[in-house]
Amino acid sequence: MKLSLTKVVNGCRLGKIKNLGKTGDHTVDIPGCLLYTKTGSAPHLTHHTLHKIHGVPAMAQLTLSSLAEHHEVLAEYKEGVGKFIGMPESLLYCSLHDPVSPCPAGHVTNKSVSVWSVGGRMEMTVSKFMAIQQALQPDWFQCLSDGEASCAEATSIKRARKSVDRSLLFLDNCLRLQEESEVLKKSTIIGVIEGGDVVEERLRSARETAKRPVGGFLLDGFQGNPTTLETRLHLLSSVTAELPEDKPRLICGISRPDEVLECIERGVDLFESFFPYQVTERGCALTFSFDYQPNPEETLLQQNGTQEEIKYVDQTKKINTTICNQEMTSFEINLKEKRYQEDFDPLVRGCSCYCCKNHTRAYVHHLLVTNELLAGVLLMIHNFEHYFGFFHSIREALKNDRLEKLKELIHRQAS
Amino acid sequence: MAAAASPTSLESAPRIFRLVAECSLSRARAGELRLPHGPVATPVFMPVGTQATMKGITAEQLDALGCRICLGNTYHLGLRPGPELIQKAHGLHGFMNWPHNLLTDSGGFQMVSLVSLSEVTEEGVRFHSPYDGDETLLSPERSVEIQNALGSDIIMQLDDVVSSTVTGPRVEEAMYRSIRWLDRCIAAHRRPDKQNLFAIIQGGLDADLRATCLEEMTKRNVPGFAIGGLSGGESKGQFWRMVALSTSRLPKDKPRYLMGVGYATDLVVCVALGCDMFDCVFPTRTARFGSALVPTGNLQLKKKHFQKDFRPIDPECSCPTCQKHSRAFLHALLHSDNTAALHHLTVHNIAYQLRLMGAVRASIVEKRFPDFVRDFMGTMYGDPTLCPTWATEALASVGITLS
Repeated sequence: MKLSLTKVVNGCRLGKIKNLGKTGDHTVDIPGCLLYTKTGSAPHLTHHTLHKIHGVPAMAQLTLSSLAEHHEVLAEYKEGVGKFIGMPESLLYCSLHDPVSPCPAGHVTNKSVSVWSVGGRMEMTVSKFMAIQQALQPDWFQCLSDGEASCAEATSIKRARKSVDRSLLFLDNCLRLQEESEVLKKSTIIGVIEGGDVVEERLRSARETAKRPVGGFLLDGFQGNPTTLETRLHLLSSVTAELPEDKPRLICGISRPDEVLECIERGVDLFESFFPYQVTERGCALTFSFDYQPNPEETLLQQNGTQEEIKYVDQTKKINTTICNQEMTSFEINLKEKRYQEDFDPLVRGCSCYCCKNHTRAYVHHLLVTNELLAGVLLMIHNFEHYFGFFHSIREALKNDRLEKLKELIHRQAS
Repeated sequence: MAAAASPTSLESAPRIFRLVAECSLSRARAGELRLPHGPVATPVFMPVGTQATMKGITAEQLDALGCRICLGNTYHLGLRPGPELIQKAHGLHGFMNWPHNLLTDSGGFQMVSLVSLSEVTEEGVRFHSPYDGDETLLSPERSVEIQNALGSDIIMQLDDVVSSTVTGPRVEEAMYRSIRWLDRCIAAHRRPDKQNLFAIIQGGLDADLRATCLEEMTKRNVPGFAIGGLSGGESKGQFWRMVALSTSRLPKDKPRYLMGVGYATDLVVCVALGCDMFDCVFPTRTARFGSALVPTGNLQLKKKHFQKDFRPIDPECSCPTCQKHSRAFLHALLHSDNTAALHHLTVHNIAYQLRLMGAVRASIVEKRFPDFVRDFMGTMYGDPTLCPTWATEALASVGITLS
């Protein structure tokens, strides 16, 4: 694995991670995102429909919370989770938790971490954790870590210190076990930076983790609601400053377009793509523009369209808060709204995804109103493609020194 | 009330069915339907896409499986999104972007089976909408009007549907009314050149009533006939006898559509009895319950003993699910909340049905249908003597013995 940076602009890293995978010939572009999966499958999508999407990332994210309970099956299967789930060609990163359903706090001890699966709580010691990874054989995996210092309202220094101590201990033990296994040596351990909101602990975590032979770093505990990220961004910069340049930096729990940009500016390389999934689940379609250099006529049309839609969204946000739409952002439209009943335009004009090329807002509206399964399929296709397109535009903007323009465009739509 | 249409009222009814091969022993036929959205090989199984969608699979996936005709439901679509909207969307084909053929039923069956407060009169079926409580009348004219707006390639007459377990004068009343409603549908049909109106033979489980219905309806020059009023709660013994009676009196040069039949054994037997077209929610519905169809029956993939079964559902199946996935993976996925599991099974079950029909057709064309039937029953039941009695009898009635 080799990370090469093409350029670094205002803290943003543009580059490629090369020589990845079992055959050593896969590449991951940074800044980039990982394909979000549930139990080893993109939500709603079969291999056939997933591959209709343009720009699917080279690396998919698996969650231990969804796969740990299948550990015995995978051990007997012997050929690794990639082949088991029907994605033998994909790079795989295994995270501890599912970013969409964070697990209840209070289940980390000095010896174990718990994940929550369909069957309930699964407690994992280092040896159990590594045995599961041995059965999974992912390309990368998040090391067992204590992420609970950031769960509570205000972290005590003591709790922050414990999260760092425990995570380092877990890391050292995992590395030791890795050394003893030919199978595990083929996977790369991603070290986890903990420390809650306590600067000293964060820096200690970063420096100490960086001393270990990890393949990359996961910045844990920066997720929360939009305001918590704001206060943590400063901390994020301090942390990434301590990390080596030649190893990738992943962050968990951050997936909104505006937050993604903030984190890229503070040295983060890879993100999870669960945001398009959340948008799908609330019957919405991503419509935000990332075309930072459109032609003038298109700008006018888009602006008028966007403004109108944003205005409407603000008006209806209040009405909708009671029906679980309070998390809806201004990056999307709610296709359940009556206004789309006779709208025969595609979800987003100019989008080349399967849904926009073949179907209309009216049709998706109908599918949502009648509770048809196809709604989720079509929205997931569109939302993933739109989101992957956004990341592509970030890389292009960085390449052409236009990130400010893109940032401006995204922030205009974020209000 | 419109007078009964004269036999020549639909002289221009197109001949949409071309006979390709017939079994020399049984009544099985292989053929081809010539429909506005392309040819369809028969015998054919038509998956049911109730609300302008084949559940979780895309139009492209359905096309890739080789499906060339599927169903939409007039009752559901008539309520949501409604015929006016669908017309604005360039018909049902345009609305769901399906390039091949569509068959819509009249809405009659749902009216009676889904709606508790429905009332049948000579005018039509009066009912209360489950969504907004409004009262509407579905008359033969209105049903045809909605189906004209939907633009489906085959449309069904509104029939007076009674459950096959009902006996007495109601059955006779419904049979005669269905004939009168057929004539009203024919008269109301605005697009006979673009849409093929099929009659539906009624008469319940009474041979005399059914024979009367057959005699009357075959006087009307419609492009095709459906055998209705079966596939309810009747015994299989009664069922097959009514199917056989119907096919014996229906013209050979028009397609015979047996409504609501979809279990593999039933399909094979009813092809032997002379049916060409079938529809049923069973394969797609059972998929969503985790059940995969195989030549020996079905696999309940949620069950524990599939946990470590690393084989595909069917090693002989070429569908995308069997190409890529094992029973073990599907088992795991079915126990998650990822809907992809359901779609994998829906794809496979539709592939299974279409493959079965393709194999049936090939055997008819290659003059080995009786052998095919014996092989099929042997695989499904292990031993010909274990084949259900009704099926053995039905096959024997058309010259096919199993042992």
